[in-house]
Amino acid sequence: MPLLHRDARLMSLLTVENLSVRYGATQVLRDVSLNVEPGEVVTIVGPNGSGKTTLLRAIVGAVSGAAGRIVPAPGLVLGYVPQRLHIDPTLPITVTRFLSLPGGASKADKTAALARAGVPDLAQRQMSQLSGGQLQRVLLARALVAKPQLLLLDEPTAGLDQPGSAAFYQLIDDVRRETGCAVLMISHELHVVMSASDRVICLNGHVCCHGTPEHVSSAPEYRALFGTGTGGALALYRHDHDHAHHHDESCGHDHPPQTKAAE
Amino acid sequence: MLDDFMTRATLAGVGVAFAAAPLGSFVVWRRMAYFGDATAHAAILGVALSLALEISIFPGAIAVALIMALTVSALSGRGYAMDTLLGVLAHSSLAFGLVAVSFLSGIRIDLMAYLFGDILSVSRGDLAVIWGGSALVVALIAWRWSALLTSTLNDELAYASGIDPKREQLALTLSLAITVAVAIKVVGVLLIAAMLIIPAAAARPLSRTPEGMALIAAAIGGASAVIGLRAAYVLDTPAGPSIVCVAALIFVGTSLFRLLGVANRAE
Repeated sequence: MPLLHRDARLMSLLTVENLSVRYGATQVLRDVSLNVEPGEVVTIVGPNGSGKTTLLRAIVGAVSGAAGRIVPAPGLVLGYVPQRLHIDPTLPITVTRFLSLPGGASKADKTAALARAGVPDLAQRQMSQLSGGQLQRVLLARALVAKPQLLLLDEPTAGLDQPGSAAFYQLIDDVRRETGCAVLMISHELHVVMSASDRVICLNGHVCCHGTPEHVSSAPEYRALFGTGTGGALALYRHDHDHAHHHDESCGHDHPPQTKAAE
Repeated sequence: MLDDFMTRATLAGVGVAFAAAPLGSFVVWRRMAYFGDATAHAAILGVALSLALEISIFPGAIAVALIMALTVSALSGRGYAMDTLLGVLAHSSLAFGLVAVSFLSGIRIDLMAYLFGDILSVSRGDLAVIWGGSALVVALIAWRWSALLTSTLNDELAYASGIDPKREQLALTLSLAITVAVAIKVVGVLLIAAMLIIPAAAARPLSRTPEGMALIAAAIGGASAVIGLRAAYVLDTPAGPSIVCVAALIFVGTSLFRLLGVANRAE
């Protein structure tokens, strides 16, 4: 369904103004401002512990005591895909029941969402029996059931192998083209960022730099975080294969290595 | 019909089982077993206070159980591991409760009745409180069901759907306090957690959906109450523990059923 003409007023789907978040004595986010326009793909990159996940959690309303403003467009429908979902094995739940949570959904909508996510045959499967790749697609399907105007994805391919994550990003791109929904995602896969995003926001507690992928990848702040500047996206692409220790060692900037749990 | 003490006991046991089934399912899914224990143990302190104030034990037990549950919720994630915190609170509240009861010199108290239940002495008034409390718990959980389930799966998914997981947690906490208070007479504070967890755990291998698990748990809990009381009557064993024993045997049965089923399907 072509939703591109949905909002004739051309206002931002989501505006974040001067968002600051503290956890105890630690300032996680400082004066973060961003906006997402209808239909665009915005990717947030940043080292571990840079507040990416906190930013997304704040946008869905899961962070209490955040200063600043988060203004969704009136009637905005969000689709949220968490980084991972642990389902306790003691909880029996089929995929189709999961897709109905919490408000209920029609069978047709659920079938369409599963087909769109590329997993049409999983409806009657138990959630706890899905593989990592299947689970990510089911999570995407659940986000699509509500026909969102904005998809929020928190490192959706963490835990998938290279072909699996490439296929998943292709899927997100297809969904975006087909439904016209905007996408705001966190990604560690820099070659995806460079090829599939309209805009990139480089985050490290504050917004280091932002703009088109070409602009950001040549910005000194970005190079300081992600590479020593052997040149543009190609170096970043190579860098990306180095999954074991993401961006910490090679960064010439003052960002101490931090664990993922700190995000 | 209600003149017969066995009938009243059976109705009391079934009433508690109905409330414990959906609540117990959430206790199992959210790994709150020890949390249920701590809340139940704290109730003995509430019993002591109620006796001292010469009021019915229900309001006292509900109040102290609720305070305990809220304290645990508030303290969690503030420096102590959850199991350490619960271990401290569960056992110290039980100890304080037992000490408090010993101060009540005026009245002779059968402590065993509160620790292990005294289901055969359930009065018509008790029965009304038990069924009223159980109905309240079932209604509360049924009302919040989808929201509770969503926040059990993932906090952020809940927030993104406009659900506040903290508020849903409060609904569970309140349900737990009410269930504890009405179950004291039936199985006693030491075995309340068993009535929550064992029927739900026994229902797991037979269930494909969360709703199915809660319903099957209710059936297993109810059957345990009926069979356990009958066995206690015939074998002259303590009633509350007999009910829990039956539930445990059903758990063993359904677990074996699952093992055999998995072997047969060769999945």
